[in-house]
Amino acid sequence: MTEKRVGRVVKVAGPVVVAEGMAGARMYDVVRVGQLNLIGEIVELRGDTASIQVYEETTGIGPGEPVLDTEASLSVELGPGLIESIYDGIQRPLDALVEREGEFMSRGSDVPGLNREKKWRFKPTVSEGTKVSPGDIIGEVDETTLMVHKIMVPPDISGTIKSISEGEFTVVDTVAVCVAEDGTEHELMMMQRWPVREPRPISRRLAPEKLLVSGQRVVDTFFPITKGGTACVPGPFGTGKTVVQHQLAKWVDADVVVYVGCGERGNEMTDVLTEFPELKDPRSGEPLMRRSVLIANTSNMPVAAREASVYTGITLAEYFRDMGYTVALMADSTSRWAEAMREISTRLEEMPAEEGYPAYLGARIAAFYERAGRVQCLGSPDREGGLSVIGAVSPPGGDLSDSVVQATLHVVKVFWSLKGELAYQRHFPAIDWLTSYSFYKQYLRGCFEDKDQGREMEKMTGAAMGLLEQESELVEIVRLVGAEALSPRDRLALETARSIREDYLHQNAFHEVDTYTSMEKQYEMLKTVLHFHHQGLEAIQAGAETADIFKLAVREDIARAKYVPQEEIDKIRRIRDTIEQQMKPLHSTAASK
Amino acid sequence: MLSVKEYQTVSNIQGPLMMVEMVDEAKYGHIVDIELGDGSIRHGQILQVENDKVLVQVFEGTSGIDVKNSKVRFLARPLEFGVSPDILGRVFSGLGVPKDDGPEIIPEKRLDINGQPINPYGRDYPNEFIQTGISTIDGLNPLVRGQKLPIFSGSGLPHDDLTAQLARQATVLGKGEAFAVVFAAMGITFEAAQFFIDDLHNTGAIERAVMFVNLANDPAIERIATPRFALTAAEYLAYDQGMHVLVILNDMTNYCEALREISAARKEVPGRRGYPGYLYTDLATIYERAGRIKGNKGSITMVPVLTMPEDDKTHPVPDLTGYITEGQIILSRSLARQGVSPPTDVLPSLSRLKDKGIGEGKTREDHASLYNQLYAAYARGKEMQELATIMGEAALSDEDRKYMEFANKFEDRYISQDYYENRSVFQTLDLGWELLSMFDNVDLKRIDLQLIEKYMTKYRTGKSKAKEAAD
Ligand SMILES: Nc1ncnc2c1ncn2[C@@H]1O[C@H](COP(=O)(O)OP(=O)(O)O)[C@@H](O)[C@H]1O
Ligand SMILES: [Mg+2]
Repeated sequence: MTEKRVGRVVKVAGPVVVAEGMAGARMYDVVRVGQLNLIGEIVELRGDTASIQVYEETTGIGPGEPVLDTEASLSVELGPGLIESIYDGIQRPLDALVEREGEFMSRGSDVPGLNREKKWRFKPTVSEGTKVSPGDIIGEVDETTLMVHKIMVPPDISGTIKSISEGEFTVVDTVAVCVAEDGTEHELMMMQRWPVREPRPISRRLAPEKLLVSGQRVVDTFFPITKGGTACVPGPFGTGKTVVQHQLAKWVDADVVVYVGCGERGNEMTDVLTEFPELKDPRSGEPLMRRSVLIANTSNMPVAAREASVYTGITLAEYFRDMGYTVALMADSTSRWAEAMREISTRLEEMPAEEGYPAYLGARIAAFYERAGRVQCLGSPDREGGLSVIGAVSPPGGDLSDSVVQATLHVVKVFWSLKGELAYQRHFPAIDWLTSYSFYKQYLRGCFEDKDQGREMEKMTGAAMGLLEQESELVEIVRLVGAEALSPRDRLALETARSIREDYLHQNAFHEVDTYTSMEKQYEMLKTVLHFHHQGLEAIQAGAETADIFKLAVREDIARAKYVPQEEIDKIRRIRDTIEQQMKPLHSTAASK
Repeated sequence: MLSVKEYQTVSNIQGPLMMVEMVDEAKYGHIVDIELGDGSIRHGQILQVENDKVLVQVFEGTSGIDVKNSKVRFLARPLEFGVSPDILGRVFSGLGVPKDDGPEIIPEKRLDINGQPINPYGRDYPNEFIQTGISTIDGLNPLVRGQKLPIFSGSGLPHDDLTAQLARQATVLGKGEAFAVVFAAMGITFEAAQFFIDDLHNTGAIERAVMFVNLANDPAIERIATPRFALTAAEYLAYDQGMHVLVILNDMTNYCEALREISAARKEVPGRRGYPGYLYTDLATIYERAGRIKGNKGSITMVPVLTMPEDDKTHPVPDLTGYITEGQIILSRSLARQGVSPPTDVLPSLSRLKDKGIGEGKTREDHASLYNQLYAAYARGKEMQELATIMGEAALSDEDRKYMEFANKFEDRYISQDYYENRSVFQTLDLGWELLSMFDNVDLKRIDLQLIEKYMTKYRTGKSKAKEAAD
C-alpha cells in the first residue's frame, strides 16, 4: 500500500472541519478525521487547505489532529445483499452496527455495506469465450424470493471471458476472469463500487409512458405517476406526506423499492422495518421487504450524512434499474436534504441565495431528479429499466413559495399538493384535487387491457373532475346566497361531488381492504358513483325530488364499496343495478303527482 | 486525569460569547470554567476552534466578565451529568447543579448530556396505550409510551393545567410499573414552575420526579443545556433503571430564543424570523431522544410545551417542532373565549402513533372508526358553526343544522372536561357513540355497520321510541 496523504485539522465548526497540508487531495475524496477516525468528505479545496464535511458528530475534535486522505470518493458497494438491508446515509448497515455497538450510534465505526462472509449461489449466464462489454449480464443470484440479482460487467471493463464458474461465492470472491484487448486480466467479483455523486451510465433514455400503479385512488385516477417518472409531495406537517410515501413504497408495481428516510423521524423507519416483513406484495404474495432497501439517516443523526443519504439511495436504485428492473425511490424529505446542504454551505461561509440556501440549490435538485427515467440499459442482453423518484417536500409553514418547493416544481412532472384543511377533516390522502397535477394523465387508459374500458375510465375521470370543479363554484354561491338558490341539478352535482370525495377519493391507509385498490376496482367504484349521478339526473328530469334521491338506501352501499374485497368485486357491479331499482319508483311517484 | 490548562488570554467578549486566544489542545464541544476577578466561577462551552483561537458560549452570560482578569480553564470533556438513583426526588438548576437542600449526590457515572443518537434499527415501535383520562387525547389523539407529543399553546392559555392533569392521570391500562417524571423548566415563571411542583407534591409523585429549573430570571443561555440535562436523567432512569419516564419540557419557545441569541451573536446568516438555519436539526437532537429501545423495559414519553408567538402555528418554533414530534395537541384562544375548557383545538391536533396503540386487545375494536367518524362530523359541524355566524342559522338546511348542533354538543360535553375529571377510555368511547347517535347510518360512512349495531343501539332505542310515539 502506498503512503496515504495526512494533513492536520486547523478548524472545527460543527459538522465542518478545515484541514491543512492536503495538497494533492481531490474534491469529494473521503477522509478520516482525528484520533476518533471520523468519516468525512472533502467539499472545498483552496490551495492545500481542504474543507471537510464530517459524517459524524465532531465533539472532541481539535486543531492539530491528523486527517487521512483515503484517495477514494464517496462510493457505495453494489451486489447481492442490498435487498432487505437498512443503511445509514453513507451505507453503513444499521443492523450490523446495533449488533456490534448497541442501540445507540457510536462514532468512527467502519462496517462495509455488503456482508463479506455470506455466500450466494452464482449462476453464470454467459460462457467462456464470450465477448463482454460494460453492463453485460454475466450471471444471476437468487437474492430473495422476489429478486433475481443480475451480475453485470462494471462500467469500466470489457474483453473476453476467460473463465467463469457456477457455485457458492462471497461478494468479493472471483466469479469470472475477463481478458481485455491489451491482454490484461480482470478478476470479476459480484461486488462493484460506484461513486454516489455520479449518475451510472445508460445506453439511452426513453420516454416514460407506463403507469406506475399505486393502488391509491386519487393518485392513479387523477394524478398518476409513471415508471421512470418524477413526482413531489409538498405539504405542511401532519398532512400525510409520509403516509403517501409509505403507501407507495408498499403498493406500487415496481420490482425494487428504495426508501430514503432523510432527516425525518426514527420511529417512522422502525415502522417500515416492522411492517414491511409482515405485508404481502399483492402480486406475488411475498413479504414486501424482499424487494426493498432502506436508507435511514434520521433527523438526530449527523447532518452531513443526511446530505449524502439521497445520493446513496439513488445510486443503489440506479444499479437495480441497470439490471432491467422497475425501481421506485422515495425520499422523505428532500427539504431536510436541502437544509443539510444549507447548513454545510453556511459553515463554508459561501454566499447565501434565497432563505440562506446556497445558490446551487436549484441545480442540485434538478440533477437529482434527472437521475430518474425510463432507459435502455447499458450492455446486453437488451433490456429496459425504469427509475421513478418521488420526493416529499416540507416547506416552512406549508408555504409553497419556499425555495425547495419551487426548485422541485421546475423539474418534476407530478405535483401532489397536500392541504392542511383536508387533513384537519381527516380527509386522507389530503391531496388537493384542484391544485395538484400530473403530466402523465394520458397514460391512464393504457393500464386497461380492454381499450374501450381504458377510454371509458379516461372519460369518467374527466367527468368526476368536472363535478369537483363545479362543486367549488357552487360552494361559493351557497356561501353568498344560501343553499336555497340552487337548482335541483346543482344540488345533485353537490351531492355527487361529496360522494366522489368521501366515497372515492378518501382512502384509509390503515384499513385492511381500503389500503390498496386495484385498477379494476377503481374503475368499478368510479363507475358506480357516476352511475348514481346519471340516474339521479334522469330522475330529476322525470320530476323527482332531490331530497328523495339523497335518501335512497343504496347510497350506503356506494359509500361502503371501498371496503369490498378484490375477490368480491362483483358486488360493486351489482350496486349499479340496485341504484336503478331504487331510482325507478321515484320516476313513477313523480309522474303520479 | 489530564492536567487542566488555564489561560488568561480572553481577547473579545460579545453578547453571550467570548474569544480566548493562544490556546492549544482545545476541542470542539468541550467545556470550560471561567474564573472571574472576584473568584466566582462561570461555565462555558466551545462553539468553534480555529488554530489557537477558541469561541466560547458562556451559560451564565458575560456581564461582569473582563478581558484582563478572567481565567479560563479547559476541562477537556463535554458537559456531563452525574447520575445515580438518588437523583429521584431532587431539584437541579438549569445547569444540573442541585438546588434544593438535599445531600450531595454521589454519581454512579457521568454522562455526556448530548447523548448519542438512537440507531433506528435499535428502536422498538411505541404501541402501548397510555390512558390520560382526557377525552380529546384518549379518544381522538391517543398517546403511547415512547411518543413525543407536544402541546402548542399561547400565552395565557391553560397549558399548565393540562400538563399537570396529564402527569397526574397518565397510566397504562392494567399495569402498575415503575414510572418517573422528569420536568425541565426553561424560562417559565416561578409561579408556573411552583404550580407543577406543588401538584407533584399533592399526588405524592414528587419522590419519583427529577426537576431541572431555569426560571424566567435565570440566565437565558443556560436554557440551551437544560433539556439536555433532563433527557440525560431520563435516559438513565429509562434504560439503566428500567423505568417508564414522562419528560415535560416547558417552554421550548424560550429554549429556541436562547439559541437565536447565540446565533445572532455569532453573526450567522439568519433563517426565518432570525432563528438559525440549524434550528430543525438542533430540536431533533432533543425530541428524538424520546422512544423505546429494543429489549429494554424502560421508555421515554415526551410532552414538550411551547407557546406560539401570536398564536401562529406557522411560526418557526411550533412549525419545526410539528415536523419532528409525533403529533401535537393545540390549544385555541377562540375556544377558550367561548368557555370551552380545556380549549383543545381538535381538528389540527394529531397523534401520529395512535393507530398501533389502539383497537381490540389494546383499547376497544371500535376506537379507530369512532375517532375517524367524530373527526369527520365535527369538521363538518365546525364549518356550519362558521357559516351560521356569517349568514345566520336560518340559512342552514336541516342537515347542516344537525351538524352544527353536533359540534356544539361535542364541544360542550366531549372536549370540555374538568382538570380533575379522570375519564376512562371506555367512558370516552361511549360518550362518542352517544353523541353520534343523532345521525343515521348513511351519515356514518366511516364506521362498519356491525360496530354501529353493537355500540350505537343502546343510545338509539330511546330516540327511536320517542319517534315512534310521535308518529
Ligand atoms: N391515507 C391516510 N389514511 C389514514 N390516515 C392518514 C392517511 N394519511 C395520513 N394519515 C394520518 O395523518 C397523520 C400524519 O401523516 P404523515 O404522513 O405522518 O404527515 P406528514 O409526513 O405530512 O407530516 C398520520 O399519522 C395518520 O394518522
Ligand atoms: Mg412526514
